[in-house]
Amino acid sequence: MKSWFKSGAPWVWLNACAVSVSILMVIGLLALITVRGLGHFWPADLAEFTYTERDGGTSHLVGEFHESEEVSAEQLKATGDLNIGDSPWITRHLIKTGNRDVSGMDFRWVIESRISSLSYPETLVVIERREWGNLYGYLDSIQEAGRTVAEGEAAWEAFQERLTRTEDIFSQIRAIEKDEIGSINSSVERLRLAKRKLELAGDDDPAKLAIIADEEAGLQSRYDALQKALIEHYKAIGRDSITVTVADGRQVQVPLAKIVRTYRPNAMSTMDKIGHYFAKLWEFVSDDPREANTEGGIFPAIFGTIMMVMLMSVFVTPFGVVAAIYLREYARQGWLTRTIRIAVNNLAGVPSIVYGIFGLGFFVYFLGGNIDQLFFPEALPAPTMGTPGILWASLTLALLTVPVVIVATEEGLSRVPRAVREGSLALGATKVETLWRTVLPMASPAIMTGLILAIARAAGEVAPLMLVGVVKLAPALPLDGDFPYLHLDRKFMHLGFHIYDVGFQSPNVEAARPLVYATALLLVLVIVALNLAAIAIRNRLREKYKSLEH
Amino acid sequence: MNTTSTTHGVAMGTLPGNQGPATETPLETCLEVKNLNLYYGDTQALQNIELAIPSRQVTAFIGPSGCGKSTLLRCFNRMNDLVDGVRQNGQILLDGEDIYHPAVNVVDLRRRVGMVFQKPNPFPKTIYENVAYGLRLQGIKKRHILDETVEKALRRAALWDEVKDRLHENALGMSGGQQQRLVIARAIAVEPEVLLLDEPASALDPISTLKIEELIFELKERYTIIIVTHNMQQAARVSDFTAFLYMGGLIEHDRTNTIFTNPAKKQTEDYITGRYG
Repeated sequence: MKSWFKSGAPWVWLNACAVSVSILMVIGLLALITVRGLGHFWPADLAEFTYTERDGGTSHLVGEFHESEEVSAEQLKATGDLNIGDSPWITRHLIKTGNRDVSGMDFRWVIESRISSLSYPETLVVIERREWGNLYGYLDSIQEAGRTVAEGEAAWEAFQERLTRTEDIFSQIRAIEKDEIGSINSSVERLRLAKRKLELAGDDDPAKLAIIADEEAGLQSRYDALQKALIEHYKAIGRDSITVTVADGRQVQVPLAKIVRTYRPNAMSTMDKIGHYFAKLWEFVSDDPREANTEGGIFPAIFGTIMMVMLMSVFVTPFGVVAAIYLREYARQGWLTRTIRIAVNNLAGVPSIVYGIFGLGFFVYFLGGNIDQLFFPEALPAPTMGTPGILWASLTLALLTVPVVIVATEEGLSRVPRAVREGSLALGATKVETLWRTVLPMASPAIMTGLILAIARAAGEVAPLMLVGVVKLAPALPLDGDFPYLHLDRKFMHLGFHIYDVGFQSPNVEAARPLVYATALLLVLVIVALNLAAIAIRNRLREKYKSLEH
Repeated sequence: MNTTSTTHGVAMGTLPGNQGPATETPLETCLEVKNLNLYYGDTQALQNIELAIPSRQVTAFIGPSGCGKSTLLRCFNRMNDLVDGVRQNGQILLDGEDIYHPAVNVVDLRRRVGMVFQKPNPFPKTIYENVAYGLRLQGIKKRHILDETVEKALRRAALWDEVKDRLHENALGMSGGQQQRLVIARAIAVEPEVLLLDEPASALDPISTLKIEELIFELKERYTIIIVTHNMQQAARVSDFTAFLYMGGLIEHDRTNTIFTNPAKKQTEDYITGRYG
């Protein structure tokens, strides 16, 4: 035994265990969020059953089995439910019953022993709506302008066709409302500001005002034309509706304009389900959110996250590298430089919310406020830059991560051999030329390492962003087709904040929970992708500038 | 550039050997050191050096470790400027001009006085870019001029035939001996007048060393060469003149033949015969 200890084997085992535990935790974490998050998009079977309520009465329920758990009988009895039999452990299921507008809630717990006559009828329909969540029931008939045009099985066919038509009109409406009217609005706003600017300057040259009025009239006539088209479209989209019988026998009428998609999960083959799954997944990553972020996609959040990280990289790299060059190459290495270096290292340990508050006070209120006074007086009192936005968020995060870049760059600079610097100087290069032509390229892998660490930290940061630019729902992306294309003053959505918002600020927690996992998975994937890109660049640089072997 | 050369001072500053057989043409002085003292902080590293280096000849500096031969060498292109706490007085004249004069541009000086270090230090760039480095620093961008000069420099460094097919590969993939010849090519590409070699072969194997020595022999046609070496045989093989330094002072400076066969000083004889150092 003693010799076993002496041999070092236990030490090796201890190390191996530590590594395995770390790896297992990472894999476990990823597996959990992957399973929980990606399972959400699979079309679950719809069950129909009779349920005996606690007071002995029966009701008819339709829904998806969402989750199961064992609870102690004691616990249930304490809630006043005495009709549960003798077993000490009771199995209960969480059922997603949908129909929030009909029954008031769309999830409920049922006790397994009180379920009877369970069946999965093929004609049960899931209807995903733009409001009020899913509707479950049997399709009765389809109406055109209030007149029934199809019933029974024929109605299902007609429903599919008419839904395609409605979707076409819907996308046209959206294109008009969001893109065309949106760009007219931004032009109108620009003209208003131009007019206000003339007023402020005391320049009431009628010629200039006439030009503006002329443009305004042009926009107005375009707007009128679009408005007319919109009215037509709205009339067309409101033509059809369907009647659905829900679980308790009531009939509900739903206009087709409010429906996103419909399917009969019990009748779907596995291939159908796979197709449906990927369609839902694609919707999730490519669409805008609906219903207080609990439905639809998270594209604006992905876009906002990536864009913010990239802007941050653009700010932090030059700044950090220049600071590191000064500290390492030019500053005299005395106590002052050492103090500065310690201070920079400690900056990395400041809690991020403190940076958020600094960003709000300095960037948003001070810098932004002054920029507004100087450059955008025509928009006051409405702030232009003096309000949280993606520029201030990126700058705040750049400040948060600049110590990492400085430290890594300094490290890289100090590793460039003296012999190489002297070789360059001996050929008649000045210090700056040596720095640019030889030292910096050789330090570039280290700079990239700093950037990778910075990205990893910045992409996961949420707290400071809540103060300087992130919102629950941004009406427009920070990059679009309206001049000047890149809108640094706009607020944006962020995956990290989205997780918090959906998970904790949502009116419908049960419905939102799978989305929390899916969003978390996506956040991890985005960070991994950003990091891999940076690592790939670093490896190429490393190959190119591999340091001298001595 | 000033091309006037001084001829002969007296004593140590005089070119040795000019008093020799009348058949030899008098040698021009390229570099002249006058009363040079150099201090690292409080330590004096060079004492009252008086020395004249002849043009287009190979001068070897020999002496035990720490005797100041590398320090003296690094004075000729002012590489010591980069070391903190170094100060010196006295003069070093290159073609009659004091290189420590405040008006002298160090960058220009280093173009005129090239240097090769003990360990090969190619840049992590392609072979071509290594040789073209100094030319690009001078703002030469024309492709054909660069191509021509790179080829000429590589040929003079006896490296062209080995690397002509892989000019655009990373220089760090070459062998140590090739790297050292590349560094020499890099130094002569900018057409310096003087080439300083700081123990250029000490990190190389015997065959590479031989190649470097042959190269030095060819290069002295065009350049004034000063070589620092630990290896007495090497000094005897490659140099025309030899200066023996000891404890920061110049003990003896004469034709290599004379130094090795008939040294004037006892210390020189002791060192050469291996009694110390």
